[in-house]
Parts: sequence; structure tokens; C-alpha cells
Amino acid sequence: MNAGLEVLLRSVCVLGAFLVLPLVVGQMEHKVMAHMQGRLGPMYAGGFHGWAQLVADGCKFVQKEDITPRAVDRWVFKLAPAVALVPYLVALSAIPLSPTVVAANVPASVLFVLAASAVGILGTLMAAWGSANKYALLGGMRAAAQLLSYELPMVLVAASVALAAGTVSLTGIAEAWHPLWLLWQLPGMFVFLVAAVAELKRTPFDMPVAESEVVMGPLTEYTGLRFAFFLLSEYAGIVVMSLLFAVLFLGGWRGPFSETMGPLWTLLKGALVAVLIIWLRVAWPRLREDQLQRLAWLTLVPLALAQLALTSVWVVLSSQ
Amino acid sequence: MTEEHTTAGDGQKPPASKGGGVLPGLIKGLITTAKTLGRPTHTAEYPDNQPHLPPRTRGVIALLEENCTSCMLCSRECPDWCIYIDSHKETLPATTPGGRERQRNVLDRFAIDFSLCMYCGICVEVCPFDALHWSPEFEYAEVNMLDLLHEKSRLGEWMSTVVPPPALDPGSAEPAEVAAANKPARVPAKARP
Repeated sequence: MNAGLEVLLRSVCVLGAFLVLPLVVGQMEHKVMAHMQGRLGPMYAGGFHGWAQLVADGCKFVQKEDITPRAVDRWVFKLAPAVALVPYLVALSAIPLSPTVVAANVPASVLFVLAASAVGILGTLMAAWGSANKYALLGGMRAAAQLLSYELPMVLVAASVALAAGTVSLTGIAEAWHPLWLLWQLPGMFVFLVAAVAELKRTPFDMPVAESEVVMGPLTEYTGLRFAFFLLSEYAGIVVMSLLFAVLFLGGWRGPFSETMGPLWTLLKGALVAVLIIWLRVAWPRLREDQLQRLAWLTLVPLALAQLALTSVWVVLSSQ
Repeated sequence: MTEEHTTAGDGQKPPASKGGGVLPGLIKGLITTAKTLGRPTHTAEYPDNQPHLPPRTRGVIALLEENCTSCMLCSRECPDWCIYIDSHKETLPATTPGGRERQRNVLDRFAIDFSLCMYCGICVEVCPFDALHWSPEFEYAEVNMLDLLHEKSRLGEWMSTVVPPPALDPGSAEPAEVAAANKPARVPAKARP
């Protein structure tokens, strides 16, 4: 009974974080992007600097008609938003904010988080295939190609970090982290960041939803709450990837007063990464499809392999 | 950004300067947006703060009814015929005994349909009697399009919002009225010395 209660409490906490953090990132994107473009962004909703803009957006999405076109594959179409959203919830539950503040402390959490977040792409593919829409299908093909090419370098550099720490547990990796890693794993950090942005389908890698070419890609036929779920999954993805980056490469909760301030450090580092991801969207144009593949296979994969080789050589030499 | 297009390899040679700096365009973009983030925004929060409009702003057309002679020039020049004028003639009795009776136009209706008006200002331009004026007032949107037909009472109300014309630039030619007033009086040829 006690264990069941604990599981329930932990699940509720993760769900709360899952509902709050993406909204925080979304609001941050609204405001940061606005100010980077010399605008103010939302100012009215909620009173103070439009803090409730995304809540208001959510209310709007709920009120909209939920349209299911006649030609779609009904089950696939309706299930796709959930398949896109839930994996990030699962991934978030395994990311530690500190050695103690973690919902599910699984032993091989790096593998678990990467595998879970990769399932999210399946939702996009289901939406693309089920929509019975040529733009959705084109966008889905792009998303599939993008996932294939960027998942590989991401897993390679995650393996490099795991190799350096000697464990595949996120908690263990952050505990083994040393400030020198910032230099040692620098190429890995670069590769991971680029691959994460690409996997989130964010600018400059937003080919699958390039509105000037394929309308809204896999999301073309979606309205109302289902569309909102796709948007939420994008921001949840940013949260998961930012926190993962913070734990893997920036030491997570390591910092002054880490015994008490640990989770705050992780959140702060994750927020910095999220701002960086937003910043890239504001400043950079979209890559073309062939440039995207070229970058993945000719730059990121060799770089990731080189990082892996460097890490293994270093680990082997230092262990002797 | 030029960086992306020039590396695209569509047969064209990239321009030699490529932005003319040491930094690649991508870094420049990041720096530009970061700088903008640090600067205060220049958004004017309109419904809370009223804009400062220049005096010659074309907001709405005001009518000074006393000046109108119902000459119909504005109505006829209007490109989309959105000015409606009705008038009748009135006979004024002679002011002196045995004098001639005078007739004058009385304006019955003057209306501008702002749902048709394209704010070209030709009516203001052609009015010989300065009966029409531009006013910077712009908040007269309506829920019903038919309410955009402003009758002369409404057009007259706008008159109080008309801003006096800005002063002339230093060194500019003097206004036509002043020049005419300052001209020496005409003297008949035989009276000249």
C-alpha cells in the first residue's frame, strides 16, 4: 500500500512538471523571441507581462472544433497526438534533477531516456501517414529521414559520455562529471545540441513542418486539442532535451550548495540550454532538405565517431 | 541568410564579399538578435498609449459647414463617388428698397461614406472654400458597415479635432495669401508718374 502511494505521488509530481515546464519554456520562447525581434510579445493575458498567454491559448484550443476528416485512418489519426506526447512524459520521469529528486531511478537511464524520446517521432509518422494528405505525407517522410540521420550521432555522443563516466545511469554520469569535461566533451556537446534540435524539428531543422513548403507537414489536418497536444509535445521535447543536455554535459546538479540547491542548478542549466534552442530559432533560417542530410552524415556522424574514439582512448590510457 | 544560399551550389558563384565581415553570417545573426534582446523595444502599446500622429495625418475628413457652397466639386472629383450632397436654392430679400433679390445655396445634406472612401484627399484638395479638412482622428470603426456613412453633423464634429497646419520650413517661399497681400497695390496706367 505504501509503495503504491509513493508510485502515485511520484507520477503526479512528474505529471505536474510535465504540464508546467513546457508552458514555462513556451512562454519563455514568446518573450525571448519577441524581445530579440524588438517586440514586447504577449502583454495582456493574466495581467503581468502576459504570463497566462499559453493558458489562454490552451482554453482557445479546447473550444475549437475537433475535426476528423473523412478520408483519414481514424484510429491512427486520433492516437497520433498521444503517441507524440506520452514518450516525453515517460522520458521526463527518468531524468534526475538531483540524486534524490528523480521519479524513477532506473539503472540504464541514458538508454531509457533516449529510447523513450525517440518513440515520440512515431507519433509524427502516424499523424503523417494517417492524415490522408499529401503535405502531411511529405512532411512525415522528411521527419523520418531526419530522425534516421540525427538519432545516430546523438546516441554516439551519449555513448561517449557514458564511456567517460563508466556508467549508463544519468545519476552516475552527473556524479562522475568534472568541469574539464566541458573541454574534453566539447565536440560531443556540439553534436548533441545540433542533433537534439533536429530531433525536436525546430528551426533551423524544421523541414518536416516547413509551412512555406508543406503547409504544416504532419500537423496539417489537426485542429483543436489534438493540435495543441502536438505543440505541447514539441515544448515537452525541448524540456526533456535541455534537461538531458544539462545532466549529460553540464554536470546537472553539480555546483555551489549542491546538497540543497541541486535541483535548482539542474533546472537553471536546462533553462540556459532551452534559451539557446529558442535563440537558434530566432536567428537562423531553415536548412534545405539536402543540406540537412549533408550536415548529419558528413559532419555530425564523423564528429561523433571522433569524439567516441577520443573518449575511449582517454579512458583506456587513464585506467592503466 | 546569404551563407545558406551561397553554399547551395545552384551553379552561381558566391559573391566575393559575402557580407564583408570576418564572422560567418550565422554568428552575425546570433549577435544581432542578442543585441536586440538587450535594447528596449520600440513597441507603442496602442490602446493604452495614444499615438502621436503628425498634423497632416489622413485620419478622417472634417466638414466646416459654413464654408460649403454646395458647389459639388468634391463630389464630382471623388474617384469612388462616396460624397453625397443635397442642396436647395433660397431667395434672400433685397437689403435695400428697390434692390435685386439674391439667391444662395443652402446645404441640406453632406455625407461621406467612409466604407468607400480611399483617403486620396482629392476632395480636400479641390475644395476652393476650405470647407473640407483632414483630421488625424482614426478611431471610428463600426460593427455595422452602414454606420460608416457620416452625415454632416458627424463630419462637423470632427472639425474640433483638426490640427492647425505645421509651420513652414525656414527659408521656404511665403504662403500665397501673404504674398498676395504684400503685393503693391495696382495703380492705373495713367496715374503712374
